[in-house]
Amino acid sequence: MSLAQLASSRHSEVLHTTPVPHSLDYDAVPESIQLRAVDLSFPVRKGPRLVALSNINLDIRAGEFLCVVGPSGCGKSTLLSLIAGLAFPTSGEVRVNDQLVKGPGTDRILIFQEHGLFPWLTVGQNVEFGIHMMGMGRRERRERAKQYLQLVHLTEFRDSYIHQLSGGMRQRVAIARALATQPSVLLMDEPFAALDAQTRDILHDELERIWKATGCTIVFVTHNVREAVRLGSRVILMTYRPGTIRSQADIVLPRPRHMEDPRVAMLSGGILDELREEIDKAVAAEYSHVSSS
Amino acid sequence: MSRVLKNVAFYGALLAAWVLVTHAKIWPPYLFPAPLSVWQSLHDGFADNSFWIAIAISMRRVALGYGLSVVLGMALGFGIASSKFLEETVAPLLTSLQSLPSICWLPLAMLWFGLSEKAIYFVIITGSVLSITISMESGRHAIPRIYSQAGRNLGARGWKLFVYVLLPASLPHLVSGLKQGWAFAWRALVSGEMIVAGLGLGQLLMVGRDNNDMSMVLAVMLVIVLIGWAIDGLIFRSIEGWFNRRWGLGAAA
Repeated sequence: MSLAQLASSRHSEVLHTTPVPHSLDYDAVPESIQLRAVDLSFPVRKGPRLVALSNINLDIRAGEFLCVVGPSGCGKSTLLSLIAGLAFPTSGEVRVNDQLVKGPGTDRILIFQEHGLFPWLTVGQNVEFGIHMMGMGRRERRERAKQYLQLVHLTEFRDSYIHQLSGGMRQRVAIARALATQPSVLLMDEPFAALDAQTRDILHDELERIWKATGCTIVFVTHNVREAVRLGSRVILMTYRPGTIRSQADIVLPRPRHMEDPRVAMLSGGILDELREEIDKAVAAEYSHVSSS
Repeated sequence: MSRVLKNVAFYGALLAAWVLVTHAKIWPPYLFPAPLSVWQSLHDGFADNSFWIAIAISMRRVALGYGLSVVLGMALGFGIASSKFLEETVAPLLTSLQSLPSICWLPLAMLWFGLSEKAIYFVIITGSVLSITISMESGRHAIPRIYSQAGRNLGARGWKLFVYVLLPASLPHLVSGLKQGWAFAWRALVSGEMIVAGLGLGQLLMVGRDNNDMSMVLAVMLVIVLIGWAIDGLIFRSIEGWFNRRWGLGAAA
């Protein structure tokens, strides 16, 4: 039995019995995010610049749980990079609490699609990385890392290295690493796409609980409409290239919601129809690109 | 047949061929010595300590010269990688200079430093610093973007980003550069010692030549090969393997 298999079998036993340590909850600084007439384009070797995002106007309220759905290549991830301060708009402005974003800040933590964990550090050291950079002392750091590892049920893997973990476990380490810095804004780029349904459901519950308890602002990118409706207080749908906001919907269903809830399914249905149109456009564009080259 | 057996068979056959050729007496023994007389030279060399002394002196030189190369090469490599200007101007120059065999620096070194230790160090450093610099520079670029993004996102910037993210991320690349640098340093050392002299393995080779002692020349060559192989194959290979496993570059990932 591989380590990863052992972990997942163990994990399903542990998940329902370990109470979540509520001492982790913190009070997030309320941060709202404003995007004003944001355009982002890249130069392309041949032909006109590739327009990734076009005229994005978006107000994200402090403490909002915003989900962003759209076809692949619509610039969803780019949107997160802009808010994180890892990329800058070609024109327009990105502001956090009315302050222009000039670079990354530990108040806004991005969880990457491909986790971005450091292979030279142990699981525990990865979780401690952000708070280490912030200058927290060793003992306090270890204590906090322990709590967040407990949250994602990886306590026993504190001294393992990243290459020893399964994909789902790696993603959970990335979540613990982000939360350990106790961010005001959590930017999540399809964080649960690689997880099995059971783990995903549990992490949905956890994320919702953390969000409620801390009051942090979450921007959650996904291609799964049900997931967006399950989690979001608002869902925005983006168009295929150039990425613009096609429509948005406030989700007023009571929480906690369930992916299988018929009301979630019904709300998803409408958004999904629109998403399909955008996916068709994306496929058509890809196809014409392939046949012309 | 196992790998070890194959090698035993191969080296046995090689030795047998050598013995046969010496028995055929095609060349006189002072030009083509028998394996036994090379073995005798090897034994004598170690017994009278002359080989041990030469090894100690050569190792001290290469340790110092290579050590300086590593420090210099790493600094240069990261310097170049952090400036687009240097990258477009200095890097191609270094790459072309690397095609120069290290022995070519020797006439220059002798004019500058005379027949001195300094000349040997100069040749070792010029021989190995470039490959370290170039691998550092290319290693810096081979770092997946996500590492520096994740590092910056989590609050690492400036020297902290360098020490905690960029440096560890480029380590596997650096190790292969260090290994290559070592191979160059070792070769440069021996060629430098042959000409500049003042004890050492290279100088022993020249002593063998001056005495018309072919057995001794072959014995010293054997020692040089064995030391180079041991450090490269045993030390660097295992460090490399460890990094590849840990960094998830090998089969484990």
